[in-house]
Amino acid sequence: MDVSSAKLIGAGLAAIGMIGSGIGVGNVWASLIATVGRNPSAKGAVETYTWIGFAVTEAIALFALAVVLLILYG
Amino acid sequence: MSNPIEQFAVVPLFSPPVAAGSKLPFWTFTNSSMAMVATVVLITAFFWLATRKRSAVPGRWQSAGEILYEYVGGLVRDNVGKEGKPFVPFIFSLFMFVLVGNFLGLLPWSFTFTSHVLVTASLAVFIFVSVTIIGFVKQGSHYFRMFFPAGAPLVTAVILIPVEVLSYLSRPLSLSVRLFVNMTVGHIIFTVLGGFVVALGGFYVLPGIIPLAGIAGMYLLEFLVAALQAYVFTVLTCIYLHDAFHAH
Repeated sequence: MDVSSAKLIGAGLAAIGMIGSGIGVGNVWASLIATVGRNPSAKGAVETYTWIGFAVTEAIALFALAVVLLILYG
Repeated sequence: MSNPIEQFAVVPLFSPPVAAGSKLPFWTFTNSSMAMVATVVLITAFFWLATRKRSAVPGRWQSAGEILYEYVGGLVRDNVGKEGKPFVPFIFSLFMFVLVGNFLGLLPWSFTFTSHVLVTASLAVFIFVSVTIIGFVKQGSHYFRMFFPAGAPLVTAVILIPVEVLSYLSRPLSLSVRLFVNMTVGHIIFTVLGGFVVALGGFYVLPGIIPLAGIAGMYLLEFLVAALQAYVFTVLTCIYLHDAFHAH
């Protein structure tokens, strides 16, 4: 197997790591929806943490994507 | 499909006279430098307009400037506490620099200087080293208390302390990589979708309009991501600063 094919396969495998972040981001928003559903007045209190939590969880997906790009184009 | 990484190439705008084949000097003015200069000029111009007349009832420009400043001031107050007040100018400059830098990169044919890990890593390493120094200055050796939260059973210290030290040392890494990867990935998606538009025959035939709609949707998302990443960078800096003043 030559290097370029191995790179493509490696990139595809590395992208699997983004699954965890998908679950994580879903958790963040599900928690927000459940919290606001149970107690609508709590929206302001949790909204800030929701955005911070979303950004840091999304970062993990993008770390995996960075590995993909490193494999493909590094 | 052309290489989507090529858009991030740092090219000199005015080549200084060097011998052919040797490296360019570090003070070369590149498109990255141009983007940073444009960012600073924009921020300065905006705040010059915002603070020209200091009236008790603010006009539109002054209102906008006050909203931004109060927002960051509130961030520092909420996340750092009262000892954070001397750091508001720095946190404010950091926030505006990253925010306007991210947004300027969304203009077509412009350059996103935050999409380079060296730029974000410089900011992140500077913040990390400063916060560590501040932590030791303000708390002395009590700062080590951060790696062993009070109330944890002593037996767990064997795994807890290495894990905490590792997560502390990974702060500059995650801070820099989060910002740079978000910006890079957004722009790569634009290039890849643009490649699809061309491959489907251009945007003036029906199949080519669908990736174009995708690009439009991604643009909205990238506006959100640009603002959000600037906010998260600043908030995490404030949280690390809070840790420097009160260890956990």
